[in-house]
Amino acid sequence: MTAELLIGVGVMLVKMAVALAVALGLAAYMILLERKLLGRFQVRYGPNRVGYFGLLQPLADGLKMLLKEDIIPDGVDRRIFLVAPAVVAGMALFAFMLVPFGETLTILGHAVPQVIVRTNVGLLLVLALSSLAVYGLALGAWTSDNKYSLLGGIRGAAQMISYELALGLSLVPVVMRARSLDLSDIVAAQSGLPFAVTEPFAFLLFIIAALAETKRIPFDLPEAENELQAGFHTEYSGMRFALFFVGEYVNMVLLGALIAVFFLGGWHGPILPPIVWLGIKVLAVPVFLIWTRASLPRLRYDQLMALGWKVLVPLALLNVLLTGAILVAAA
Amino acid sequence: MADEKHSLLGAVIEGAAGLAGSYAATLTHLFRKPVTEQYPEYKRPMPARTRGRIILTRSPDGNERCVACYLCSGACPVNCISMQSEEGENGRRQAAWFRINFARCIYCGLCEEACPTLALQLTPEFAFCKDDIADFVYEKEQLLVDHGGKHPDYDFYAHAGIAAGTPKGSHIDEDEPVDVKSIMP
Ligand code: SF4
Ligand code: SF4
Repeated sequence: MTAELLIGVGVMLVKMAVALAVALGLAAYMILLERKLLGRFQVRYGPNRVGYFGLLQPLADGLKMLLKEDIIPDGVDRRIFLVAPAVVAGMALFAFMLVPFGETLTILGHAVPQVIVRTNVGLLLVLALSSLAVYGLALGAWTSDNKYSLLGGIRGAAQMISYELALGLSLVPVVMRARSLDLSDIVAAQSGLPFAVTEPFAFLLFIIAALAETKRIPFDLPEAENELQAGFHTEYSGMRFALFFVGEYVNMVLLGALIAVFFLGGWHGPILPPIVWLGIKVLAVPVFLIWTRASLPRLRYDQLMALGWKVLVPLALLNVLLTGAILVAAA
Repeated sequence: MADEKHSLLGAVIEGAAGLAGSYAATLTHLFRKPVTEQYPEYKRPMPARTRGRIILTRSPDGNERCVACYLCSGACPVNCISMQSEEGENGRRQAAWFRINFARCIYCGLCEEACPTLALQLTPEFAFCKDDIADFVYEKEQLLVDHGGKHPDYDFYAHAGIAAGTPKGSHIDEDEPVDVKSIMP
């Protein structure tokens, strides 16, 4: 009994360590990938000095951030100011524990599911965690005692509220088809056709809403450099500033993982081993996000709101009805 | 109503085409060779008249061109040239010391234009960083070079420089001195 428990705890710890290392490593190299790709999109090289092909750049960046002075301005609410970046990064990392990486393995007679936490409300939990992350942003902005930060924080919160709805609604058809909120079940339901094919509208809506959730161009209103300096993280420096970015890039990877799970059929794919398929799908999304960043201008604030409330939400509702009708007709 | 529907659809198509266009534009960039110049490895050849580090040149016979006339230091808008004139052994004026503070120089080139002997010239060399700002004060020894710069064949004393080394009437385009007693009416 105790041995069983110990093994269980050990396996859990190993899985957590692997997920954490993968998430953080990917996030670090996501930054390099973004800088490299953005460079090429703009007909320049991007970082290529540190290490062969610039491969040690994330290391150099991290070291630099650690050595920078951590400035805490007068007039900030210290406790909240110090915790806010950790909330952003932490929530993104938490959400990773719900992502399934493959089929349940059998090692030495033990069933080892390749997911840290498998719950039957996984989808809801992911949505909840992604909404919690905005608290870090909004609180950090609010306590910064800086009007630019405050504006950024308000925008972040407002944007989150308007796109959260569309995000949730765009996932309803997926749940209707998979008949489960469990992420592993959702992947299993796509062993035939991925939902991106059967639910193209939901796929599109989810990508747009998720772009807004990750606060990247064309929806990067909370940090809009040319209006708000740096928006919500104006007053942050050193490692705390870096934590916001860790959060953002972990979020990008997470988004890749979620899109892979919800719409691209998770680890299912021909010929190549499952983990490779998952990797390809998880990386394809950030590459698309970077491509988007290089291609599209930022939306105006009222356009952003109008798009969220007047276009995405009604379309998502319509899509739910449509899927329901199709499913009823099929049954 | 039908008309409105059509215009909405048209607007959606137009918008989508616009988005696709910008995605396509960036995608083509991805396959172009970056225009970046990799600076320390590749140094772009600068035009000959680029205004960089200042030198003091010599005439073809190897003598210093500078006659310590102070015109350059007078022309300099930031007062970064200073010198002391003296008379050399052959009767030529020259600078006892000559100093340019490159930390203050704005590389405007006015000194070069003011210089009557073409001694002072700006060169295309622009990268000469120092750790200590005091090292930017260049003395005459550091400024002097052993060539004629942009005008290798020019010799001021072949044209002017009355009687210093070269006797009267021996300069280029100069008439023989006139004996004032011989031109009486
Ligand atoms: S380049 Fe301009 S600033 Fe520099 S020494 Fe000559 S006159 Fe002065
Ligand atoms: S203007 Fe030319 S000749 Fe006169 S002092 Fe300056 S460098 Fe010498």
